[in-house]
Amino acid sequence: MERRYLLGNEAIAHACVESGVDFISGYPGTPSSEVIDTLRGQPDRSYYVEWSVNEKVALENALAAAWCGVRALCTMKHVGLNVAADPLMTSAYTGVTGGLVIMSADDPFAHSSQNEQDTRCYAHFARVPCLDPSSVQDAHDMILEAFPLSEEFGLPVIFRPTTRICHSKGDVDLGPAVPGGRKGEFHKDPRQYVVIPAHTRILHKKLNEKQPAIRKRLVEKGFNRYDIRGKTAIIASGIGASYVLELLPDDVSFMKIGAYPIDEEWLGDFVKKHEKVLVIEELAPEVEETVRQVAGTVPVYGKKNGYAPYEGELSPATVAAIMEKAGFLKKKPFAPAVPVQDLPMRPPILCAGCLHRGMFYAMKKVFKDAIYPSDIGCYTLGLQLGTVDTCICMGASITVASGMAHSGETRDIVCTIGDSTFLHTGIQGLMNAVYNGADMTVVILDNRITAMTGHQPNPNTGTTACGVEIPAVSLDAICRACGVNFVETVDPFDITGTVNVLQEAKKRKGVKVVIARQMCVITARRAGVKRGRYAVNVETCTGCGTCVRFGCPAIEFTDEKARINDLCSGCSVCVQLCPVGAIGREGKK
Amino acid sequence: MSGSFDILIVGIGGQGTILASNILGEACLIENRHIRGAETHGMAQRGGSVESHIRIGGEFGPLITPGEADLLISFDLLEALRYSHFLKKDGKMVVNSHLVLPTSVFVQNLKAPSEAEIVAALKKHPLCLLDADSLAVEAGSPLSANVLMLGAASGVMPLKPESLLEAVKRLVPKKTVEINVKAFEAGRNAGGTFR
Repeated sequence: MERRYLLGNEAIAHACVESGVDFISGYPGTPSSEVIDTLRGQPDRSYYVEWSVNEKVALENALAAAWCGVRALCTMKHVGLNVAADPLMTSAYTGVTGGLVIMSADDPFAHSSQNEQDTRCYAHFARVPCLDPSSVQDAHDMILEAFPLSEEFGLPVIFRPTTRICHSKGDVDLGPAVPGGRKGEFHKDPRQYVVIPAHTRILHKKLNEKQPAIRKRLVEKGFNRYDIRGKTAIIASGIGASYVLELLPDDVSFMKIGAYPIDEEWLGDFVKKHEKVLVIEELAPEVEETVRQVAGTVPVYGKKNGYAPYEGELSPATVAAIMEKAGFLKKKPFAPAVPVQDLPMRPPILCAGCLHRGMFYAMKKVFKDAIYPSDIGCYTLGLQLGTVDTCICMGASITVASGMAHSGETRDIVCTIGDSTFLHTGIQGLMNAVYNGADMTVVILDNRITAMTGHQPNPNTGTTACGVEIPAVSLDAICRACGVNFVETVDPFDITGTVNVLQEAKKRKGVKVVIARQMCVITARRAGVKRGRYAVNVETCTGCGTCVRFGCPAIEFTDEKARINDLCSGCSVCVQLCPVGAIGREGKK
Repeated sequence: MSGSFDILIVGIGGQGTILASNILGEACLIENRHIRGAETHGMAQRGGSVESHIRIGGEFGPLITPGEADLLISFDLLEALRYSHFLKKDGKMVVNSHLVLPTSVFVQNLKAPSEAEIVAALKKHPLCLLDADSLAVEAGSPLSANVLMLGAASGVMPLKPESLLEAVKRLVPKKTVEINVKAFEAGRNAGGTFR
């Protein structure tokens, strides 16, 4: 046994290797991405690993591998499971022979997400087991159990860590790696794998018949367990269980829920031994609803009677406040701490030298009174520059644009979407817009990489997840194949050239596509691209502020003059914006 | 609550808070102690304010409650003030005197406190203020400022300096071990008698 200090996602990846995983697929999404990033970076891989183009594609690939009898892992963030929901729902009917673990990472408080949905509801909906870890060690240990559990019941198992598991760290006890890479073999069985109505009705019945045995097994396995210590009890799940344990008085009983579905009979016996119970869980009242079903006359405290919040993430302080309010703590353990007020915020910002900033600038210059639907990526930060008017889910920039165009809205509509998002779910929207004759401009922000989640390669990058070189797809050819006649590629560091193309697009009718192509500034730096910095000539600078309003973190403004700091990566856009020519190469006048 | 020694490391995305957290974790492994941590990943790292929670001896959740931290290590002057409420009454601070003003200050013309105002406000707590950027350049690389800050804080942490130094050697890129060892020692000197 070895002990290491690991990120939750690294511990999860290690547990997959200890489980002898054979097949791994997924689409990046915070907070899930480091699992595959860890696995694809291992030097002696005996398993197959891919970054798929989206979560539906990833899950269908992993499901097929599990049908062939090998152990498969599929990773995504919670909203990715919406994209993969179609195969998920029916995979519970067809079942699997090799273990299939679907990791869907939830993000309470929406640290890097568009919503706070709860993956446990999907597991409930699909009637598949769901594991809900409370710490990094727990996450590691649960993965070891997840593959055999999947094989025992012939069902996919959902594994649902949250941000505070994936991106927390701890000392973790690890076991030895087990080589994967077994050869899969598909045994034809149409009654199992062809879900025509006659087959699927029977499969649905079989799925329902598995449920009581699953509930019992999850208790036997110790995922759900309790300790009776007094007349009152707290039932907690996920990271909330860790917070409760730090605060738990000696005379309060404790139940930890780590897996679903919960055995109701077992739960009811526990609840009825107490005079009142408090339920602590993040997001949906998944545990609480089951507790309420079995509680009879025992009072239940939780979200449904206003003791705990439905939204946001828990913390030691919020859990303490809930426990105190419900009468489980005599006094508040933490004194209130007030942050210093009125400090200037430091939100995330597009990097110095990011291609998106130049493109957004050119768009605003040409399309002055336009509507800007946008999408999910670093470029959503264009909100700060006034060029993001909508953002709802992956791929929805193009579809929102065409919907607006057909709604009778008369202003120009210019949408932005990144290359990875375009390949994820953007292409269908583009095809639909052309097919139905929308009048709009699509800007594909092509930085050759999936940047926001940590620079994962995609089919546009030219390498696979494991670094094997492959021919990159042609975004230009895809757009033309969708029926777009006006497809132009621009360099967003060349403001004049970009403005000219956008002006041409503005004049034309129909769907126009402008591809703004430059490497992500971070990958460019890692690849050794050196452009040299720029500097402001203080004597020429009039302090007009044009460059400052561009919003680049390399440009500061002190004593009525602009100044370029060492974040400058040499994109040269500010040189083109300066009305008096005060910006030049560093070291030259 | 649990008897852990709680350290909050804060800074700006890209300043190396994650490596600093890993070094503390490795030092805990060397001393066979439990540790819990939580950090900022993803989009928030793009030049935004970032925080790393580290609980030496921690066995429960990874988050430090505001008002409970034993030590605040800040890689930026303004961020030290932003997170100062995390410290408990007698909690200590090790702060880089370098100040990077947020871009929002220039773009939206927001008011920012002056360096002198920030330092005055920080002095509510025992404070070790050092110019980590300049000292790191002297040690051989501006990128070693994070290790230098750990050196400066090493007198206040319940970990042996030998364990920290061993952790630094294990975790920094091979080519930079010498520079980082120098930076750690320079930090220890700058920290001096700060206890």
